[in-house]
Amino acid sequence: MSANLSAIFYLISGVLFILALRGLSSPETSRQGNFFGILGMTIAITVTFLSIGSFSSGLTYVLIFLLIGGLIGAFIAYKIPMTAMPELVAGFHSLVGLSAVLVAISAFLNPEVFNLGSPGSIKLASLIEMSIGAAVGAITFSGSIIAFLKLQGIMSGSPITFRGQHLLNALLLSSIIILTYLLCLTQSSNFFWILLLVSFLIGFLLIIPIGGADMPVVISMLNSYSGWAAAGIGFTLENSALIITGALVGSSGAILSYIMCKGMNRSFFNVILGGFGASEQSTSLRDKEYRPVKSGNAEDAAFLMKNASSVIIVPGYGMAVAQAQHALREMVDTLKKNDIKVTYAIHPVAGRMPGHMNVLLAEANVPYDEVFELEEINNDFANADVAFVIGANDVTNPAAKNDPQSPIYGMPVLDVEKCKSVLFVKRSLSPGYAGIDNDLFYKENTLMLFADAKKMTEDITKNL
Amino acid sequence: MEIDPFIFRLSIFILSIFIGYYVVWSVTPSLHTPLMSVTNAISSVIIVGAIIAGLAGNSEGGFTISNILGFLAISLAAVNIFGGFLVTQRMLQMYKKKKKGK
Repeated sequence: MSANLSAIFYLISGVLFILALRGLSSPETSRQGNFFGILGMTIAITVTFLSIGSFSSGLTYVLIFLLIGGLIGAFIAYKIPMTAMPELVAGFHSLVGLSAVLVAISAFLNPEVFNLGSPGSIKLASLIEMSIGAAVGAITFSGSIIAFLKLQGIMSGSPITFRGQHLLNALLLSSIIILTYLLCLTQSSNFFWILLLVSFLIGFLLIIPIGGADMPVVISMLNSYSGWAAAGIGFTLENSALIITGALVGSSGAILSYIMCKGMNRSFFNVILGGFGASEQSTSLRDKEYRPVKSGNAEDAAFLMKNASSVIIVPGYGMAVAQAQHALREMVDTLKKNDIKVTYAIHPVAGRMPGHMNVLLAEANVPYDEVFELEEINNDFANADVAFVIGANDVTNPAAKNDPQSPIYGMPVLDVEKCKSVLFVKRSLSPGYAGIDNDLFYKENTLMLFADAKKMTEDITKNL
Repeated sequence: MEIDPFIFRLSIFILSIFIGYYVVWSVTPSLHTPLMSVTNAISSVIIVGAIIAGLAGNSEGGFTISNILGFLAISLAAVNIFGGFLVTQRMLQMYKKKKKGK
């Protein structure tokens, strides 16, 4: 296949990828969008095979590795529980990063195949593009691994900070530029390896200071990085499908990071610099005197809800941890049978990744037109009888509105306190990730339900 | 003077960023998780580079390091492609409208 023809096909697959994202503008068109994505990928892979023409003995191996990877991927996709989506996505990002690194290395070792010149005299532009692709890929890889370990709970979710952290990161980042310069100047492979090593280190150092609940930002950011890495490699390979895709994914991740930051009223740099909710705040809290709360059981909760005419459900990460989404939907079904209006209110940063709660509710067969975003539903709390907060905390904290001293001051929150009564399903009184006490616990109209979210929801259903 | 082909690629890149910007803002927030998994799948189009690296022939026969890295990258990207698209599919199947006749 001629180079021009394959370039046109790569362009087509790039366009199909755009349509794939476009499809996600509404759930009805989304499945078709995904199909476009698959089609685009099939075209890209087929064209690559055809454009090579003469196959070496490597073909069998290429197909075998393709098959092995495909089977593993398919197996994971079918087995993974929906609550584990954040881990899955983080893990997948690391794979994109690593494959970008591997492709960059093989292009560096064998530049003739990619029309980049010969070893020792690689074209200057290609060398720069390659270094960018490899560096960003390496950062994506090690960063995503750390994010994965934190989300899996293998590594503690609390931020790891040390003195001089920011200085070290700044030094390492600037050393990347110097190394790229030296690499271009000398073409010496040593600089290439050091560059990779430093980039792996940066990815690692960049993510360790970031706390568990900031993961929505981190995952979006790594999503963005994986795009830029792909674009860098795309420039090296002079492949428009890769360049288009890289740009799409890069801006997609960047937008998601922005939305997540806005949901927490924090600047992007504030999150990246990390250390939010560090120990100082939580220790100062322990000095506070004990305040009485009203706690109840499933029977009380059922009684309250039975006499309500409208209920708003506020799910949070705790629901995901307890896998309570199905039990919740059953409870809602029972409520609906009693002619009670039920809606769901989702805060942008509820859960551990963008849209996390929406997927879990969708899994439990909650129709998506009962699920509302913060801006859509916030005014409804004043007219609702019961707010059922399950596994959420900071996103309901009124301190964000009325306490300028609070670290979360200014963060958009759900106006749960405006409801006639608030039911809080929580395991204990412990503060949320930000280490801040929630005034809502101590309000007159709040009833705390101390239990596992799933167990409590089931008990309420029984009592309805 | 002739324009360097790099400039054309750069144009594609910049324009695609703008397309991405507008397309992604129109994605409904409830589909942000599928958005992440599908972007993840499509960014694995990097597999084209891996295939080229894996299929690169050499005169002596046997495999070079470059070939082997290509093979590895192929399997990693394939995990992503199949895993990413299928898990997106699985998620999107769950987004259903309320049944009629309630």
